Amino acid sequence: MAPNKISIELVVNGTARQLTVAPWTSLLDALREHLDLTGTKKGCDHGQCGACTVLVDGRRVNSCLTLAVTKDGAKVTTVEGLAANGTLHPVQQAFIDHDAFQCGYCTSGQICSAVALIAEGKAKSPDEIRELMSGNICRCGAYPNILAAIQQAMGQS
Amino acid sequence: MINFEYARANDVADAVRQIAADPKAKFIAGGTNLVDLMKEDVERPSRLIDISRLPLKTVEETEDGGLRIGALVPNSDLAYHPLVGQRYPMLASAVLAGASQQLRNMASTGGNLLQRTRCFYFYDTATPCNKRDPGSGCSAIGGINRINAILGTSDACIATHPSDMCVALAALEAKVHVAGPSGERAIAFAEFHRLPGDTPQRDTNLNPNEIVIAVELPPKGFPSNYTYLKIRDRLSYAFALVSVAAALELEGDTIKEARLALGGVAHKPWRDTAAEAGLRGQAANNQAGFAQAADLLLRDARGYEHNTFKIDLARRAVVRALTQAAQGTPQSQSDKKIR
Repeated sequence: MAPNKISIELVVNGTARQLTVAPWTSLLDALREHLDLTGTKKGCDHGQCGACTVLVDGRRVNSCLTLAVTKDGAKVTTVEGLAANGTLHPVQQAFIDHDAFQCGYCTSGQICSAVALIAEGKAKSPDEIRELMSGNICRCGAYPNILAAIQQAMGQS
Repeated sequence: MINFEYARANDVADAVRQIAADPKAKFIAGGTNLVDLMKEDVERPSRLIDISRLPLKTVEETEDGGLRIGALVPNSDLAYHPLVGQRYPMLASAVLAGASQQLRNMASTGGNLLQRTRCFYFYDTATPCNKRDPGSGCSAIGGINRINAILGTSDACIATHPSDMCVALAALEAKVHVAGPSGERAIAFAEFHRLPGDTPQRDTNLNPNEIVIAVELPPKGFPSNYTYLKIRDRLSYAFALVSVAAALELEGDTIKEARLALGGVAHKPWRDTAAEAGLRGQAANNQAGFAQAADLLLRDARGYEHNTFKIDLARRAVVRALTQAAQGTPQSQSDKKIR
């Protein structure tokens, strides 16, 4: 059995992109393999690590557990779409300022997650930031620096 | 992942028609559990019927003063809905105790009800599992069973239901509205999930070709005296070893009504109205009475090789949860210190 591929449109980082994908193509694979946007990382591929976090219609989701066909017509923001006119997003700059990574593999997911966390406006205290960032695992253990970076970016927004 | 066909449902009736036409098809909404199980080769649908665009995304007040939550309301929207926060804060707290914000943004209310166990052996297709492959045996009995059930188990299955949301819904006596080929019906929450018995492959009493369309909350929400206390191996983003939804209605310092449900201990949220009845009329600071209720709730508990600790953990968690509820100091889901 070879089910038909399906044509969809995603507005990725502000640009409409047409692509034809198999039903089982994850949004993560669509971004990385079909659109060459490799900033979004594949960590566990099971929704447990958060490395694949992107924004779909402004909300953070695990792109590894999202089937691309189900998001036909959606607006997707990846880490590549955060900087504007050559200037880093405040969260990106804060991660550099606070050395909020070691190996960097989780970082694009951490940054997308943090951008959404600030937009959600639910987290105020360090405990609340830690809790609402718990879907992003950092095996290097840069958590204190990630927290400091998010607090800095929050202060600016 | 296996190959499968994909189709969208245009409305609820169309979804019911499409699922009836293909016995191996499955609905997909948020997909957080289903897609993972498909990657693990545990679920092998021939076709996914996408219901995520159906108009089941609203939270509406009912005529009797309750709330009707559409089956496609995302978990995060449910938790942060102002009316849920005001009237059913125990439900909001339970939802926020589960998963991560990314997953809560994706996961639907109906899908949360229908998520499957996280028993290691259910996921491990190299081992026997009666839930995954009926008749093959239970690997958790005699295996690594630290996370498994202590109540309502059978010789066929000792899996637990993983949801936090459902524990609060059980305590609140929610109703599940479903639609099928012969129309709509409502299922009392206590009747929605099943004990494993000798058919552990069936998690719920939802019939084939039925679809969850809404969850209804009755008017009574226990907004003053409640808690959702979740005990787990990590501070966040882990399934419950034991969780307790406790809600009290007080008259002065006396308990007028009590609700109590346990998560992480059985194939469904565990509730026992006898334990709740025993709390009625008691003083709200009677720790011995709380312990009696816990003993009653756990009277049939049975430990397996690695999870006997859950019996005492559950007993202590019930007493602590009732204390938190009585004092009006619900467990914070951010500051994890248990007070």
